[in-house]
Amino acid sequence: MVRAVLGAARGRFRDAVMLPVISLFCGFAVAAIAVLLSGANPVDAFVALFEGAFTNRNALPETLVSTIPYVFLGLAVAAGFRAGLFNIGAEGQFYLGALFGVFVGFRVHGVPGIAHIPLAVMAGMLGGCLWGAIPGVLKARFGAHEVITTIMLNYVAFLLTDWLINNRGPMADLRASAPKTPFIDLSARLPVLLPGTRLHLGLLLALAAVPVVWFLLERTTIGFRIRAVGLNATAARAAGISVGWTLVTVMGISGALAGLAGADEILGVSHFMPAAFSTGLGFDAIAVALLARSNPWAILPAAFLFGAMRSGAGFMQLETQVSTDLISIVQATVIMFIAAPLLVRWMFRLRQTPPAPVHIAEAGGLAAATAPPPAPTSLEETAS
Amino acid sequence: MIAHVLAADLPGLLRQADLVGLATATIVAATPLTLAALGGVMSERSGVVNIALEGIMLTTAFVGYAAALVTHNLAAGLLAAIVSGMLIAGLHAVLSIEFLVDQIVSGTVINILALGITGVFYRTFLQEQNVRGPGTLPLWKLPLLGDIPILGRVLFSHQAVTYAMLVLVVVVHLIVFNTVWGLRTRACGEHPMAADTAGINVKMVRYVNVLASGALGGLGGAYFSIQQIGNFLPNITGGRGFVALAAMIFGKWTPVGAFLASLLFACADALGARLQTYGVRIPPQFLSMLPYILTIVVVAGAMGRAIAPAAVGRPYRKS
Repeated sequence: MVRAVLGAARGRFRDAVMLPVISLFCGFAVAAIAVLLSGANPVDAFVALFEGAFTNRNALPETLVSTIPYVFLGLAVAAGFRAGLFNIGAEGQFYLGALFGVFVGFRVHGVPGIAHIPLAVMAGMLGGCLWGAIPGVLKARFGAHEVITTIMLNYVAFLLTDWLINNRGPMADLRASAPKTPFIDLSARLPVLLPGTRLHLGLLLALAAVPVVWFLLERTTIGFRIRAVGLNATAARAAGISVGWTLVTVMGISGALAGLAGADEILGVSHFMPAAFSTGLGFDAIAVALLARSNPWAILPAAFLFGAMRSGAGFMQLETQVSTDLISIVQATVIMFIAAPLLVRWMFRLRQTPPAPVHIAEAGGLAAATAPPPAPTSLEETAS
Repeated sequence: MIAHVLAADLPGLLRQADLVGLATATIVAATPLTLAALGGVMSERSGVVNIALEGIMLTTAFVGYAAALVTHNLAAGLLAAIVSGMLIAGLHAVLSIEFLVDQIVSGTVINILALGITGVFYRTFLQEQNVRGPGTLPLWKLPLLGDIPILGRVLFSHQAVTYAMLVLVVVVHLIVFNTVWGLRTRACGEHPMAADTAGINVKMVRYVNVLASGALGGLGGAYFSIQQIGNFLPNITGGRGFVALAAMIFGKWTPVGAFLASLLFACADALGARLQTYGVRIPPQFLSMLPYILTIVVVAGAMGRAIAPAAVGRPYRKS
């Protein structure tokens, strides 16, 4: 009995800690090979990465600044995963959140900070929520696979941003030489937590978002429906849960979190939005969520790790000429090993039964997208 | 509103409209879409979802260009693109067939990996080099056929990858629907257990088809670097691999259907580029959105009618 409990605990420990650690190790090993092939010294590169993330002047606050959007975006992607949805559109929803947030930031005047900031933050959440709900509706109503629709909406969001801000667009700052929006009002800027750094109030928002999302997913009816749909949509439907409505809800929540990340970047860090707002944060967030295995609490360390990598990558490129894109290699490899417990077992000759493979698109990838939905759910019907 | 703007500009449009030029540009722009969509057809007909085609095209565009640059030989570049496409597809195959990784996750891994690897090596090897580029594939005007009025320009005056695409549409159609191999492939995609019972090696069939899709994607990647611009730029494929998958779905998993759907997307693309030069007063960004929005509409609208291979996305494990 005691042994069984210990065994189970060991299994859980391996799932929650060992697998991510092994995956990270392999990620850096593969990245080291890429650095070697490109003619640089991987040790130098990784040392520079570490210095840039932690030990340089102001490095740690900057790492925390980079961690903030990863927390929101990681939670966004994780929420989708819990319903069996693969939201690759966090990047586009992030853009929309930034657009809505910056708009409220520079167009609304004469409001005290105590109202202006929440207004801009909520506008950002609304923008992301709307953009995220589109693929949700398309999936619920027409069975369109969210992987394709969210990727396409990313491109639409990039072009929309370009139109709004570039080339004297409707939201461009006509007096600035570079294509960008005007600066947001002082009242909309998130206060700095540590004088002399860029560490802003967003950190506290991010720390608060984790328990909120955990509570939402684990302790509310909506969360129960989301998890039920993710585990088995057919069973959930049989139990009377409106699958279509749940998909729209979870995509809306996911989009709102991504939009919050976008607004936070504007209100806390840049204070304006450039036309070339290329971040890639939304794509990294997929790796964050997978690394955390969609557990809201585990998002925090995963986001911190990715924040550190992103923050240190610039210094690494400066010092060793190794491109910041190296981080993508680490991320891709991490996802690969997390998603392939069988591969880890095979590589390390583990004999115990591996944890079940991570099923993301539960109903079988594009099959779910392409097969006609079992029973087309109409939103009107399910809303009642 | 758009209709109104279009109507206002219609006389000017018609005066300048170069329909033959538009048709030719459509065929050219459809080249990578069709090749990747054909790859998708082969892979998915055998039961393996391949959203890695975007990453395959990006990486092979890079490898093809780098090989052509080093060897000063465009044919070597083409070959390198095809071989590297098969290698990356091999990774997808091993992950999804052998290690039962969710095929969407495996594809996403490859797509992110492709961005990282091409980014790192582009910066080290290509970005600041001032060597003379390898140029682009020559335009071959076919004798006699190329002299037919209109049709000659639209169909028989192209570069190598486009000709290959036109031929491969027919070849893949014949393979999938008129050969024993095609029958086995479709059996593995519809009902792998039945195929296994009938003595078909499901894993092997899936491996070969995924590798074939890698070769097709590799050819598609070569289009971007050594046919179109004679250079490599970061993220040069710009999501065309995903658009190709939508074309495959719209084409109901058939080679000819995928080709026709690719033509539709390519036409939207080519039209968007041309309307700008015609002076239509629609912001260019909205015209550039056309293929992406069309993809969403198609993926949402074609669902009821298009039916995927029954076992696509499901790993097959002998029990």
